[in-house]
This record gives sequence, C-alpha cells and structure tokens, in this order.
Amino acid sequence: MADEENHFLKIEDVSTAFKIQGKYYPAVSDVSLDIHNDEIVAIVGESGCGKSTLATTIMGLHDPAETKIGGKIEFEGQDLLTLNEDQMNKIRGAKIGMIFQDPLSALNPLKRIGDQIQEGLDYHTKMTEAEKKARVLELVNQVGIPHPERVIRQFPHELSGGMRQRVVIAIAIACKPDLMIADEPTTALDVTIQAQILDLLKDIQKENHAGIILITHDLGVVAETADEVAVMYAGQVVEKGSAKQIFDNPLHPYTRSLLRSMPQKDSENDDLYVIEGSVPSLQKMPQDGCKFAPRIPWVPASEHEAHPTMHEVEPGHRVRCTCYKNFKFQDEA
Amino acid sequence: MWKTILRRLLIIIPEIIALSILVFLLAKAMPGDPFTGSINPHASLAHIHHLMRINGLYDPWYQQYWNWVVHLFHGNLGMSYEYQEPVTRIVGERAINTLWLAVFATVMTYAIGLPVGLYAGRHQNSRSDHAIRIYTYVTLSVPFFVVLVLGLWIFGYMLGWFPTTGSINTNAAPGMGSVISRIQHIVLPGLLQAFFSLTGIVQYLRSEVIDATHSDYVRTARSKGVPVRDVFRHHIFRNSLLPITATAGYAITGLLGGSVFTETIFSYPGMGLLFVSAINYRDYTVITALVLLFGFLNMLGTLLSDIIMAAVDPRIRIE
Repeated sequence: MADEENHFLKIEDVSTAFKIQGKYYPAVSDVSLDIHNDEIVAIVGESGCGKSTLATTIMGLHDPAETKIGGKIEFEGQDLLTLNEDQMNKIRGAKIGMIFQDPLSALNPLKRIGDQIQEGLDYHTKMTEAEKKARVLELVNQVGIPHPERVIRQFPHELSGGMRQRVVIAIAIACKPDLMIADEPTTALDVTIQAQILDLLKDIQKENHAGIILITHDLGVVAETADEVAVMYAGQVVEKGSAKQIFDNPLHPYTRSLLRSMPQKDSENDDLYVIEGSVPSLQKMPQDGCKFAPRIPWVPASEHEAHPTMHEVEPGHRVRCTCYKNFKFQDEA
Repeated sequence: MWKTILRRLLIIIPEIIALSILVFLLAKAMPGDPFTGSINPHASLAHIHHLMRINGLYDPWYQQYWNWVVHLFHGNLGMSYEYQEPVTRIVGERAINTLWLAVFATVMTYAIGLPVGLYAGRHQNSRSDHAIRIYTYVTLSVPFFVVLVLGLWIFGYMLGWFPTTGSINTNAAPGMGSVISRIQHIVLPGLLQAFFSLTGIVQYLRSEVIDATHSDYVRTARSKGVPVRDVFRHHIFRNSLLPITATAGYAITGLLGGSVFTETIFSYPGMGLLFVSAINYRDYTVITALVLLFGFLNMLGTLLSDIIMAAVDPRIRIE
C-alpha cells in the first residue's frame, strides 16, 4: 500500500510563464491535479489552452532561460521542479514516458525504428546488446506492429501514420514507466486507427499499472477512455471531476459549450454550436477575473467572481468561478 | 539505382553537345581575332587574313564546329593560339596547379567551417556565436578580391611570410623540395579562400542546428531521458550536416574550376587564370575546351550530389 501511495503524481498550483520580449506571460496558471496509477486522467481544452505546456512542464522540457515555472510537481516522493537536469534524465523515459501527437515529426527521420526504440533502454537499463534487441522486438510486438524484424530495420517514412504512432508508443513504454503522458495521441490518425490506438493504450496501462495523462481536444476520446477529466481554459483548470460527473452534469459554461459543440446524431438541426470569439493570445489574456467571461458576453459581470476559485459542488467535482450557477445559453429560455 | 545513374550519364551527352555548340558560337561571336597584337606589328592586313584563312577561321561555323568535334574524338583539342602548344597539355598542367590549391582550400573550408557552424548553432546567442555572426556578415559584405589584395599585401609583402606569385619556386630542389615549395605557395591564397567560403557553410549549419534543436524528434529524444549533450551528438549534428552533403558533389567537381579571383591576384597559374587570359587573348581553342570542361564538371557534380544524397539520406532513393 505504501508503494501504491508513492506511485502517483501530485501537481500543486503549477504555473508556467513564457518570456516574450522580456516579459513573462503565464501559459499555465495554478493548475492542481492528482493522478494515480491504473487511472486515466484526461485534460481537455481547445488549442492554446495550455494543456501541452502542462505536459512539457511535467517532463521538464522547457528552457529554463525562457520560462518561469512555479508550484510543485510531486512524483514518487520527490518534487520534480527541484531536480537538476541529470536527475530529470533519470526520470524522463524511465519513470515517465511521453507520447507525442505528430508521429512523423516526433521520430528522427534518419534513424532506424529499432535504434530509436532502443535509445531509452541504452540510458536506463544495464541490459546487454542482445537483451536490448530482444526487448525492442518484444515492444514492437506489444504495440501490434506486424513483421517486427523487418520494421526495426526501417525508417519512419516507410511506415504508415498508425504504425508510426505505435512506434512512438513503443518508445514511451520501453522502460515500463509508472506514468505516461499522451499528448493528443490520436489527433493525426483517422477514426478507425484512433480506436485501435486507444485500446492499445488501455491494454498497456493494464499490464504496467501506469497512470496516464491523456491530453486531447476530442471529447469522444475522453468519453471512451478517461476515468477523471480536467477541463482547461486559458491556462487554468475550470472544471474537474470523474468522467461521469463531467459528461452527465457539466457545470462550467466552457464545459457546457464544448459538449454542446459536439455533433449529436439525434439533434434536430445540423448546425453545430460555435463558441464566440477565440482563446486570447498570451499577451492579451485577461489577468484577473473569469477568463471565460469575454466569450459569454451576455452573462452579467455580477455573476462572475472577482478572483475565481474552485468550488466543490459534489465530492470530487469542482468548478471555477460562480458564473456556472445561473448560466444559460443565449437561445435557452 | 545503377540503371538510373547510367541513364543520367547518357542524358549528359545531348547536354554536352548543346553546350558545346552554344559555347563554340559564343566564342566566335566575340569581337577581335587571335593574331592582331600577338605577331609582328608590321604584318600586313593581308597576312592576317591569310593566317585566318589557313587556320580555318573564315569557314562557316558548322564546318569549324565539325572539324573541332572530329579532332576532339581523336583527343586533340587543337593548338592554343597564344601558347603554340596543344590545349590538352596546357589545360593539364594548369589543372594540376589548380587541384593543389583547390583541394587545400576546400579541405580548410570544411575543416574550419563545419565545427564553427555546429558550435554557433549549439551555443546560439552566446558571445562566441555573436562573434561568429559578425565575422560572417563581414565576409559576406566585403568583396572577396579586397580581402585577397589585403592578405597579399600584409602577409606577402609586409610580413614576407609567404611567396606572393606563382605556384612553385623555379629554383626548388626536385622531389621533396618542390612539394614544400608548392605548399608554401598555396597556404596564403588557400587560407584566404577558405576563410571566405566557409561563411556559407557556417551560416547554413548554424540555422540548421537551431531548427533541429526545436524539432519534435529532439523533444522525443529528450523525453527518453537522453542528456542534451548526447542529443546534439546523436540527433542534431548528424541531421544538420545532411543538407551540406548535398553540395559535396559540386564541391568535388568544382575543385578543377579554380578561382578566377584568387589565381589572378596571386598570379597562380591555374585554370581560373588560364580562363581569364584565354578570353583576353581570344584563344578560341582554350576557351571552348575550358567552358566545355566546366560544363561537364557541373553536370557530373549534380549527378554526384544526387548519388551522395541518396547514400546518406534514407528518405531519398534514386529509382
């Protein structure tokens, strides 16, 4: 049990600010999340909401000269943000594996598939060359790539998109990490392949008892896979809860807008709901108050909190700001 | 792949024929003749006309061209009007001189340019990077011949470290002595040329390295826990050097072309200097031979570059 307790990631008030022309602008502000093993936590939001930045912050992949990171990322008993580069290199790839979204550009075009999968083993294990070769073949097999012996000799451009994504997954799971961060793992793939990749992720999770952070903007993917959901907008978590809570009882106007803009097979009209405006750029982000307010202009200012905080509405289900209470869409009576 | 290479080589044949006709006509279209000014100034106009006639220079161009082609296939590129020697022998001698200088300059260019370019990209915006950038801007904006003349003046005349003209000391002892003398003659022009031409490599490599540093596959490598130093060694440097190899074919065949500027200013008897003087003296046989050779080398360079690219980049396959 003690071991179990240690195997999780606790993100507390993490902020990541980027330096743009000498000034720091937050891309992620005060995000708190818990991830346990055997659990899939989905982070949902539109492009530019900070979800990928959060992932690369956990991985420590930001250039310290250009970013300012605050808060605490506790992983297996240590705060990742206090570790130096060498200590982080022992965790990256070994304890935390990351799956990237564009499998073509995420692979080195000039290196053979086998060598790219093996690279993590080179740094984190004391296996012999023969053992590593065997493990690479095993991994390629595990992610469901046919003809492993041939594929490990091939280059990324010789594989299809779905196969490349499987290779990227094989790289991430090579050292059986306790935590996997999947950054839009299915975005670049067509729908049938998407389902296969998601199933694969779930299978691997069962085998390794890993925790997964699934970053996506695809609510369909979330509904199929996630246990817990965090909805992010403009660098903040605006609502989080179990998948059931979020889908059955969405509260925050942003969550409701997102769900409403999903195509429904039984809806009466063909028009999709469109959220007004767009996510403001980092420099133009409102610094205080409800960041979603500009996109629901019909909601009076009195509905928002001056300094929006998370409110627990039922056990485990939290919403930011008070504007959800009386929120109605414009076309609702 | 061999089929493709053979086909590419065969395509060169019609290209060479087209090029040779064009070059032949252009050389003929130049005003002046090869005799005025190079023979007895009291020679009568009638005598010059006579010389032109017996040398076939009044024949229709296609006939002159045909004669030239027939001779070409016998390995005879004609006599140089200026030197009264077979063109093949003159070009052969100059080619060897040029090769000495060009091989040295090219080796130095890559030996200095590659590490400097990689370093500048690796340490972007560092002090040394800024210094390197200032250097590249200077070499890009100052005309090459100005640098050559300055270098000649400072290191050749004022400091007297290097010989200022020629390719070899005529009094040099045969054997080792002549080799040492040759090297003494190529160091200054070769280094000046290298310091100038490495600019392109440095700038190109620098931006390639910076691009690669921000690429997704580098992020993947880092997320595997590969230390930054190894990421540069195994991923970034190798991938950044690739485009440079694309120019290697031209660099190799371009060695024979010689540098007009360097050879002229250092009075170095190579292909570049020969080319300029041949044009000045209307030495038709030499001009056509040289342009044809340069053209052929260029075509060969393109093919060579393609083959090198296919050999080093798995994404490129010659089908």
